[in-house]
Amino acid sequence: MKKTPLYQKHLDYGGRVVDFSGWALPVQYSGIVEEHKAVREAAGLFDVSHMGEISVAGPGAADLVYYLVVNDTSRMKPGKVMYTPMCYESGGVVDDILVYMKAPDDWLLAVNAANTDKDYEWILEQASGKNVTVRNLSDETAQVALQGPKAETIMSRLTKAPVQQLVFYTFMDAVDLEVGKALVSRTGYTGEDGFEIYMPTDIAPQLWDRIMEAGKEEGLIPAGLGARDTLRFEACLPLYGHELEKDITPLEAGLKFTVKLDKTDFIGKKALAKQKEEGLKRKIVGLEMLDKGVPRHGYEVYAGEQAVGTVTSGSFAPTLDAYLALALVEAGYTGLGTELEIDIRGRKKAARVVKTPFYTPRYKR
Amino acid sequence: MNIPEELRYTKTHEWLRIEGNKGYVGITDFAQHHLGDLVFVELPETDAEVAAGDVLCSIESVKTASDIYSPVSGKVVEVNEDLEDDAGLLNEDPYANWIAVLELSDPSEADNLMDAAAYREHCEKEEEAMG
Repeated sequence: MKKTPLYQKHLDYGGRVVDFSGWALPVQYSGIVEEHKAVREAAGLFDVSHMGEISVAGPGAADLVYYLVVNDTSRMKPGKVMYTPMCYESGGVVDDILVYMKAPDDWLLAVNAANTDKDYEWILEQASGKNVTVRNLSDETAQVALQGPKAETIMSRLTKAPVQQLVFYTFMDAVDLEVGKALVSRTGYTGEDGFEIYMPTDIAPQLWDRIMEAGKEEGLIPAGLGARDTLRFEACLPLYGHELEKDITPLEAGLKFTVKLDKTDFIGKKALAKQKEEGLKRKIVGLEMLDKGVPRHGYEVYAGEQAVGTVTSGSFAPTLDAYLALALVEAGYTGLGTELEIDIRGRKKAARVVKTPFYTPRYKR
Repeated sequence: MNIPEELRYTKTHEWLRIEGNKGYVGITDFAQHHLGDLVFVELPETDAEVAAGDVLCSIESVKTASDIYSPVSGKVVEVNEDLEDDAGLLNEDPYANWIAVLELSDPSEADNLMDAAAYREHCEKEEEAMG
């Protein structure tokens, strides 16, 4: 298993370390529910150093990024962040990523851990002959996420830079955090306000300690991947390998707001335009259990005897005190209020299509 | 780790307390600790007949579903309905909060289970194996 530069911190804080797609990372410290609630009510600190970072630089960088992703990066300015799927020609998803525009010829892509190598190969392939340099910076970059309503207070104690002025989906590069310089981004994967901090691996342990110290009075606690998953799930933020896949398109995943078909060109445009025109045969919906039970990834969804879909993510939702699921369901069964059943370990249990997101995010606009 | 002397234990981390011809079944402190926050208990049905080692019911933590095995054979005569509303009771006190009561078909089966000392050793071995 690969270790992040914060591995020793996880052990020091009593983290329960598991294998997360090849990375030794804590699923929890004090408990998933406690950590989840801390992020909703105060703040949590996550080690997300397993995430990948890919630099795209050079005269052709802006055009390449524009062509790689479905969202419209030509509308971006330096200091902006954009969330977007990156698709195959088929319209299926290579990965969902964050695009950082540092300068017209200098971009950073933050990608999912398990997809880093695949994404890097994919981008290299597309970059050939385009006058850009593509570099995989993942091994030299650590990342932590400071999330929760107290994140701004804590963050502003770490630096003289006016980080509190950042609005959601903007960033500052080379912010002096005393222990070293880092990229500070007002983004996150929890449905709360917060920051994601990208830094050289060697300063990560010291920065972790500084953040924990600065957040002591605010109720900051370290949070693991278990809480990260329940938090993103309540906010209905998609997870690659669940709501997004090689054979699921962003339109089916409910990410229509990212698919800019008026762009001159991008990989997957033809397939996505066709799918939009023909109408979706299936899409991701939210389900709430009417019978008690915990729906989970892979469980079948039924309308009477007929299988009409599959659960992509399911969990007990700690903030909402409900058993909820996201499921890929055939058209015709996706209307709000539609009653369906989920086969939970051999028992069919009633569920109902409900509005998403389950939890309304509280971002700083 | 809390391992009461008066109970009997399975390798799969259930406990059994015998009162007359009845057996109270629950999960151990080791089990609740390693499962993490419990969010749902699918209770067995009353009158269900189970053999020792059969799946009695299932419990779900935030991350996973786990089967609970019956330590002994018998008929389910009572289930702890408090757990339906609050599975977290098993985290708070796994010994006070039993899951089901069995009418034992063969009380001598309890002799096959571990006592507290043997169970403690079993847990230590498992902890070692987990690293």
